[in-house]
Order: sequence, then C-alpha cells, then structure tokens
Amino acid sequence: MFEILNPTIITLNINGEDRDVMVKPSHTLLYTLRNELGLTGAKPGCENGDCGACTVLVDDWPIKSCLMLTVEAIGKKVLTVEGLKNAPIQKAFVENFGFQCGYCTSGFLMVCHSLSKIRPNADDAEIQDWLQSNLCRCTGYEEIEDAVKSILVKDI
Amino acid sequence: MENISQIGVTTIRKEAWDKVTGNAKYNSDDIRPNTLQAKILTSTIAHGLIKSINIEKALNSKGVQAVITGDYYPALTGSIINDRPPIAKDKVRYFGEPVAVVIANSEEEAMAGVNLIEVEYTPLPVVASVTEALKPNATLIHENLGYYYCPDYTVYPVAHTNIADHVKIRKGNMDLGWSESDVIVESTLYLPKSDHLAMETRNTMAEITPSGIVNIYTSSQSPFAVKEELNKIYKIPEGNIIVHTPLVGGAFGGKAAIHLEYLAYLASSAVDGRMVRITNTREDDITISPSKIAAEGKLKIGATKDGIIKALECTYYIDCGAYADTGPRMAKSIAIDCSGPYNIENIHCDSISVYTNHGYVTSLRGFGHGVCTFGIERLLDKLASKLNMDPFDIRIKNAIAEGNKSPTQDIITLSNTGNITACLLKLKQVMNWNEGNIIKTDKGTIITKGIASLWKTSNSPTNASSGVVLTLNDDGSINLNFGASEIGPGMKTTIAQILAERMKMDVENIHVFMDVNTQITPKHWKTVASMTTFMVGNAVLNAAKDLINQLKEIGGIALKCSQDDLEIANQKIYVVHRPDIFISFKDLVNGYQYSSGKSIYGQIIAKGSYITSGLTPLDKETGKGKSANSWTVAAQAVEIEYNPENYSYRLLKAATVIDAGKVINPKAARGVVMGGMSMGLGLATREDLIYDKEAILQNSSLRTYKLLRFGENPEYIVDFIETPQIDAPYGARGIAEHGTIGIPAAFANAMSLAVGTEFDTLPISNEVIWKTKTGGKYDSF
Amino acid sequence: MIAFDFEYYKPDTVEDAVKLYNKLNSNGKKPIYYGGGTEFISMARMNNRYTEAVIDIKGIPECNVHEIKNNKLIMGSAITLTDISEANYFPLLGYIVRRIADHTIQDKITLGGNLMGTIIYRESILALLLSNCDIVLQGSKGKRVVPISDICDKKIGIEDDEILIQVIVDERFLSLPYLHVKRTKHEKIDYPLITMAAIKDKNRTLISFSGLCEYPFRSLKIEEILNDSSLSKKEKIKKVIESITDKILHDIGGSSEYRKFMLGDILSRAFDKFQEVG
Repeated sequence: MFEILNPTIITLNINGEDRDVMVKPSHTLLYTLRNELGLTGAKPGCENGDCGACTVLVDDWPIKSCLMLTVEAIGKKVLTVEGLKNAPIQKAFVENFGFQCGYCTSGFLMVCHSLSKIRPNADDAEIQDWLQSNLCRCTGYEEIEDAVKSILVKDI
Repeated sequence: MENISQIGVTTIRKEAWDKVTGNAKYNSDDIRPNTLQAKILTSTIAHGLIKSINIEKALNSKGVQAVITGDYYPALTGSIINDRPPIAKDKVRYFGEPVAVVIANSEEEAMAGVNLIEVEYTPLPVVASVTEALKPNATLIHENLGYYYCPDYTVYPVAHTNIADHVKIRKGNMDLGWSESDVIVESTLYLPKSDHLAMETRNTMAEITPSGIVNIYTSSQSPFAVKEELNKIYKIPEGNIIVHTPLVGGAFGGKAAIHLEYLAYLASSAVDGRMVRITNTREDDITISPSKIAAEGKLKIGATKDGIIKALECTYYIDCGAYADTGPRMAKSIAIDCSGPYNIENIHCDSISVYTNHGYVTSLRGFGHGVCTFGIERLLDKLASKLNMDPFDIRIKNAIAEGNKSPTQDIITLSNTGNITACLLKLKQVMNWNEGNIIKTDKGTIITKGIASLWKTSNSPTNASSGVVLTLNDDGSINLNFGASEIGPGMKTTIAQILAERMKMDVENIHVFMDVNTQITPKHWKTVASMTTFMVGNAVLNAAKDLINQLKEIGGIALKCSQDDLEIANQKIYVVHRPDIFISFKDLVNGYQYSSGKSIYGQIIAKGSYITSGLTPLDKETGKGKSANSWTVAAQAVEIEYNPENYSYRLLKAATVIDAGKVINPKAARGVVMGGMSMGLGLATREDLIYDKEAILQNSSLRTYKLLRFGENPEYIVDFIETPQIDAPYGARGIAEHGTIGIPAAFANAMSLAVGTEFDTLPISNEVIWKTKTGGKYDSF
Repeated sequence: MIAFDFEYYKPDTVEDAVKLYNKLNSNGKKPIYYGGGTEFISMARMNNRYTEAVIDIKGIPECNVHEIKNNKLIMGSAITLTDISEANYFPLLGYIVRRIADHTIQDKITLGGNLMGTIIYRESILALLLSNCDIVLQGSKGKRVVPISDICDKKIGIEDDEILIQVIVDERFLSLPYLHVKRTKHEKIDYPLITMAAIKDKNRTLISFSGLCEYPFRSLKIEEILNDSSLSKKEKIKKVIESITDKILHDIGGSSEYRKFMLGDILSRAFDKFQEVG
C-alpha cells in the first residue's frame, strides 16, 4: 500500500522530466506546480474547478490542477503550458488575438492542445464541449474559436 | 524615404508570446520564499456593532505572526469621501467586510488562524435597498457622514441621511418642454449589482524595508494612486513608496479601487516590515472587494407627434453599498450623459448616491453609462412604439449633432463627439433591418432585433496627467516607458504604434517597458475611462517631438546642415532634398563622435507629458460645466430568437458600430469591442449579485455567479466609423468600455418586442420571462 | 489551498482499504474513501469538510473494472465519467455524465464519487435507478450485492466503513429506448434545474429526476401515472406534478413553481419524443 503521511519528497514527471518535489498530502497539483516548481503558467482563478485557468494535461487529458492532489499525479505524465514547445495552438492564439489579459490563456491552450491530439477531427459540438470547461472574461470567445479551428483537421 | 504606416494595421501585441508560453508574469505569479501570507476574517452580518473580537487563539496558533483588527492604525479611506476603514472598526456595514487580518508563515496557517477568531456582533437593522435607505428616519449607515473629509471637493454628502451625493442637471425650461410635447412616456428601471470578475483575483504584497522604503506589489489599474493614497492616509513620504505592477489579469474597473493595498501595508507594518502577501480567493474577490453599482431609475420623456424629443425628466438612485468609493462619480456620469447621444433642450435630472448595507462599489466598464443608456434607450423604444415610429427613425431624428448642447451645456462638435447618425445608418445595414425587426419563423419561434445608441465621456479629474520617457539603444531602437498598466486591451502596443507612426519607423524597433514601477515610470493618472490612448497617446506624441528635435539638433551637426532641412524615417535622419545624405539613429543615441574621436552632446533622453485641460467642475445647482473633452458614440444591436411555447430564448447576433475616430490596431480593436459586448450580454442575461433580505450575498463563487461560456456567444458584428477627434492622437477615440454599455438596453428592447411585455430590469432569464407572462403559476402550461 | 493536514493512503485491495478505514477511524482520524476528490477538495478548501486521512480507492483493481461480462455491464466505482462517456456501453448514462460539471472535470469525477457525493444532484444515479442495478459493497462485515432500490432512499445508504466497489447493470437495459433532458438556469455548465432520465421498457416508461427535490429519485407512483393509458397527456402531467408531495427545490437556480412548470414542459416533450421513437 502506498502512503504519504507527512511532508515528503516525491518524484513527478513534469513536461517530460522527472522532478523531485516536497509535498504534503493536502497540496493540490496547482499549488505544487506554482509554489514548489515555479511553473506559474497554470493560474488560480477560482480553485474550485469552475474557471479552468489552472488546466494542465495529465496523461494527455486536460485536468483542472486545482482539483487534483499532487500525490495523485505520481506515476502520471503532467504537461503544463511551459512544456508546450512551438505547439500550433500557441501561434494560432497569437495570430487570432485569442487573448487580451492572458490570464485564462494557459488553460485554454492546454484544452485546445489536448483536443487537437485526442480529437483532431473534432466537430463544433465537440469543440464546444471541451472548451466550455474554461472561462474567459476579456474576449468574445470568437477569437479563441478561430484559433482552435485553425489547428484542427478540416474534414470537408 | 519609403515609409509604411504603423497605425490602422493589425499589430501583434508586444507581450503576445509571453502570454502563450506561460512566461507572462502577473502579480499573483510573484511567488517568493520567506513571504508571509495574510488572510481576512470577514463580517458574517451586513450591519452591526462589533461587540468583541477574541484573537487570542489565533495568535497562539501555529505559524501565526500577527493578527490585526480595526484598532490597528485606524484611518478612513476613499477616493471621493473618506468613509471606509480598511478593517472595520466598532461597526460592520456589509456582509464580507474585513474584521481582522491574520498574518502567518503559510496560507494554510493564516486560514487556520482566521477560523480561530471569535467575533460577537450586536446586529443593527439592515438597510437592504435604496428605498429603505431613503425613508425618513432610516437607519443610518454612517452616523458621521457630515464630518467625513472629502478629497473631492465637488461631492456633497448629506449629514444625518444615507445620501452620499446628489448631482443635478437643470437645462432649458421644463415647462416649455412639456408644453411642446404631444406625447409623454414614462418608464422605470432597476439594474442589480454585479461583479467585475477579472480572471486574476485582486492580490497585493507589501514590505517595509529597513531603509523605510514601502514596496507595494499589486495587480492594479492605479499604481500611482496607490502611492498617493498611502502617502495621504499613513503619512509615508511619497518618495519612499514604490508601487510595482506587472501584467494585470483583467481589471474592468475593479482594480482601480485601492483595497488590498491598505491591508497588505498594515499587515507588513505589524510584522516589522516583512513581505506579506494577501491574495483574494474568488469568493473573497466577489464578497470583500468592491463590485458594480446597482441603480433604480424613474424617467419621463416628452416628444412632438413627429417624434422630436422636447423634455426629459429623470431621477436615478445609485446604490453605492456600504462605502462610496467612486460611486458618486458614476452617479455624476449618469447625470452628465443622461440624454444619451440625443439633442434634448430641456432636461431635469437628479442622480443620487445612496448608502446601503450591500457590498461597496467601484467603477466597472462603462462607469455608470450602462444605467443612463438603459434608461433612455428603453424609453425611446417605448416612445417609438407609441408614435408608431421605427426605432432607428426616432434615434436618427434626435441624434446629437454639431452645435447642440450636452446636458451640462457643453457645445457639441463633430470632432468632440463623433457621428452617431453614421453609426446608426451603418448598424441598420449590418443588422439587415429592412427584413424587419420582428420575424415569426416556421418553427413557431420569434426572431427580434433591438437597438441602442450610446455615448460616453471620461469624467476624469480636471488635472489628470500622463507622462512618457523615451531612451534609445545603441542599435537606434527606442525604449518606451509610461505608466499605464497592461490590463488586457493591449495599450502598451497601441502606444508603441503611435510612437512608431510619428517616428516613421517599424513598431518592431520600439521596446515597451511592460510593467509599471512608480519610481522609474512616469506617472499615468489611472488606467481607466478608456483614456489611455488619448492621454498617453498625446504624451508620447510630445515625447516624439522632443526626441525628433534632439535628433535633428545633433543630426544637423553631424550632417553639417540646418535642422530645418532634416527629416526622419526608418531610424535615420536625412536631408529632405537629398535623402541619400543621412545618419542613422544608432550613430547619435549616445551623442555624436567626430572622426577625430571627439564627442559631443551625450545620451539622448526624450520626454513628453499631457494634462487634461479646460475642464471645470459642474455647477452644484444646474450641472453646468465641462467634465470631459470628448465623447465616443456607438450604436449597438442584439438579435434573439424567442420560443413562446416555453418562454426560452437564445442569442443570435450582437453588433456594434462605433465611431473610433481612427482605428489603431484593427484586430485588437475588434477584440476589445467584442469582449465588451460579451460582458454586456452577461449583464443582460445572467449576471447579478443576489442578496437576501438581510443583505447576505447568496452567490459568491463561479458555481453560482455565471458568466457566458464558449459557444454561448452569439455571432458578433463589429464595424467602425472614423470621424477624427482633432485633439486626439491620429484622431483616435477611446473604445475600450463602450462595447458593454448599450448591449443590455438593446437586448431588453429585443426581448420586450419578442415577448410583448416591457422588461425594465436585468438580468432576464427564462424564468423571469415565464414569471412575467404567467404570474409565476405552475399550471400555466 | 486546504487549511488542514491529512494523511494519504492508496491501498491495493478492498480488504486493506476497509481494515485501514477501521483502524484510522478508531484512531479518531475521521477517514474518508477518496475517489476523484473534486467535491472533497473544493469543500475542504471552504472548511466545509474535514478529515485527517484520505483513503484513495483508485489503486484497487475491482474499482477500476469497466466491461461487459456475462450479460452484465460492470462499472468500478473508480472509473471516471470520461471513461463512461468514452466507452459508452450505456448510452443513457453516457448522455447523463456528459452533462455533469464540465468536460475537463468529467475526467476527474469518478462514478463512485458522483453516486456518494454530498452535492445533492448525483445525476449518474438516474440511469442506475431506472435499470435497478446491483451495487457491490464491502465492509468489515463482508461483501454484499444489493439492488439499488433496496438501499437508495434519497441517498445510497451504506455502512460507514463500506466501500462502493462496483455497479452492475443488466445488459438488457443498455439498449432500451431512452431520453435524457437537462435544463439549467442559463448555460450548459451548471447544476440542473431538472434533469430527467427515462427509458421505455416493454412499453412501460420508467423515469427518474434530479434537481427537482433535494435528492435524485425514481418514483413508481409517477411511472404508474405515466403508464396509465386511460389518462390524457395533459391529465398525466397534472397528476405527476400533484403526486410530488416532497418539497420541490426553491433556490437561486430557480423557484419551485418554475421547476414545476419546467417539469410539465419536459414531460410534455418527453411524450412526443417517445411516441416518435415508437
């Protein structure tokens, strides 16, 4: 049986690297990424799972890192926005003005990136389903829609 | 020399790649070891006396360094009226008001400490509405209202009442106006409080160094005001205060108010000046920090049978909550623009700021203009309907034009106001109005279109100022430093474009200092009021002038010719009639070195500044005066589809045609207008802060305070008219707030038409429609 | 940020988990079984939930089973809503879970967590009530398999130390004609004003609701009314609404009167839909 009773050093696979971090069982993945690893791309917007600004990928799927204990990520692959290297969605967001203040952007990028990998042919309903997990207060969402559609495979 | 325009072309934001890589740093990302964490204990009731606070258990709790209450360095704050203690003292006036602050080694320990504080209250009667607040013998929220210091001398709190201010507009002759009117229409409105909901919650760090420097790190639209207020309230020499503001994760007016900065400073001072961070949770941000005003209104309009408006009488009551902050200034905005962009010769308007036991308020995108716009635009649709006129016709017929006078009797020109008629005509076209504004579909649904015009002035202080400093690099590129916070609309890039255009150089070679540091950044009043392009834009043009003069002076020496013969482009100074004779900026930035090796002149540093000029306070009795240099006008529309079978609707289209004067960065401009519409649709359809009878806030999380999500947005149409504002940089007007202002009114107009019932309150949910149509009885189906 | 500390255990077997639970319990640690943790984390942050030990059941093989075997759909309690939706063995359940929280969170919420949560909607139970699934439980008194109807009175009632290990649905139910309607105050991502699930089994309509009352429920009384061919559509709706004697929810999401209206509207559409289906 695996157990962590006290502050402990664990190994997490973050952006393709094994990283040793100090963790308490009560720490969320969001907390560890930001406060222990300095990966501040994932943002706290509500810490309640509502806004999606803290979204990272865990084993390729989007996860709200505020609703995951760090210890749950042991043995899994975590990808944060800092781990995106020239992903098409980054350029698409820049060119389509898919952000203004930029605070929600990391979360949106991770959802879009995952969508493009898992459902490269996603239709409108699927895009909406995935992206409704995130909130943006600055844009009209149209810019984000343009950006994500520009990187998905066009069937027609 | 060939030169490509740098404005009117879409330009990628300077910080774009930082924002898509996680590299962009916001204040909340400034995580430093050895920083103490503070948490706020808040009031659990809306109105009451603090009988006792027991902090002993908290003080003894693990990791807790200090606990401060209202007795710790008591002082009153407020930009208009000094009415608010940063931590409640003796009395609480709203649910969520800070009662104590716990400072601990970690956030967990601070939270645990907060839970150990015991507070006893003696409840007082709760003033839960403007109506209750204005009753004779109403419970007073501020017993000492008559004695408060008012930093703004044009505000007039009424002692022994709950009235914070009363702005009056008295223009023309009302008796004449009514006597010339063939029809009179009346209307009321109620618009609830709502939240800014910037994605980055408010957060601040503070430290006091052993040398006495107060460093404040804060997510703010007003870093300079933070410095000035801390100086005034806590008597810290202003030069000892340095406010640092990196990228801001959304603001919308909510970060113009100074709030956590006071608490962080007090907290740091309680722990020997150590660095203390205070970060709002989302719930804190909605509950503790200020939100949007609520408003009630009563309006009456008179017009001839041809639809010429002759008289407008309106009364607005602005619910400022427990503390006024900028509430009275928004009430003033409502008054000065109460007519909308229409020529109305006879106006009687009262705009009254009222204290209640709701959460306190501050500016929110539109600065009150959403209220008067809703008032007048709903009224115009009712008037049009009574006169059997088209909604566009009545608006165009009364559209304000050159030579008319504003409600404060300011003279309207095409330059200072723009062309609302052109906006309306374009809107009519893009909304395909000729197919009709009410269409019944085969599915049994009804498609309707509603419109609204709007105008907005800035209502800034009469001495708001802005400055720019330019330095140069050895490669001849320019460093641009100014004090506007980058809160989202891309102002750092816009100003760089203006500079590039003036310098006839590529914007790529302009480097912007993205953050604000009040010690090294020239002051910008506040990043508010859609004034950054105008104010900083003018300052940067002045700076460019200074830079060009210096370059020409030294260039004249280098090229051995008169300065008058020199021109600049592409980072070169050349002889106008001999462009092949030139010298590059890079050879001049540190002075000029003769071939002999001798150098002259020295490093080039250029500066420019701007101050609002020619503004005057309003006359207390008539409102006559000049509160702004210009307006921006726009016309907006919303198209909805209504299903009468189950009283539901969906949004189809939202459109804005705005007179931008000159569009600087087209894609960014379209984005900011769309984003504005998105927020307007939120206010129209779902956003409100819900209070119960005891003024306890019911929806303080994003689980219950709902925003539009991806895919719920309608199709957006954005179009621009370009009537230059002569005194603005390249004619560009402010456009950042305007997308929000008229959308709720246009939506309510469309909804009223579809449902066949007048909707004068927001938001309008399916349930509201159902209740309106059926009286709220379940057997109605 | 959670203000209190707790221990984290991830046992490999049900037996270990149960033993651990009882040990920690007797040590006063107020242990909880932990699935996806979405509800626990958000409530603990607000100080509405406390424990000194969480027992993560995601490492237990039986809790991760997700297959059709011997004409039974077996779903472990630790599978996520995304797992359910992606495999889509039970289309009605798939529809239901795709409307719980949002797409991203669905990959964290587990079936067991949604069924046993304290948030009142627990919508995934709607499909399970209609198919009267079996629930596999194990505690210190041993393992038991019980029909959900035997243990679900407003909430699935089990012993404190029992783990909900699996849900077993008769394969027959997976392919029956079904309906799922979720109505919210505004947008898709919200708690329900009303969620209704229905299936047509041998010409009988079976129906369950969430959001209507303070708990999800299936009402045999309502089914009796709906299946009474002597009643007109209008009469049925009237009778159904009258038959709900428990308190109908009244909150900032919607008034109880509006929920009644909504129920009528949903039912009336449901009739039309089922008629179309056949």
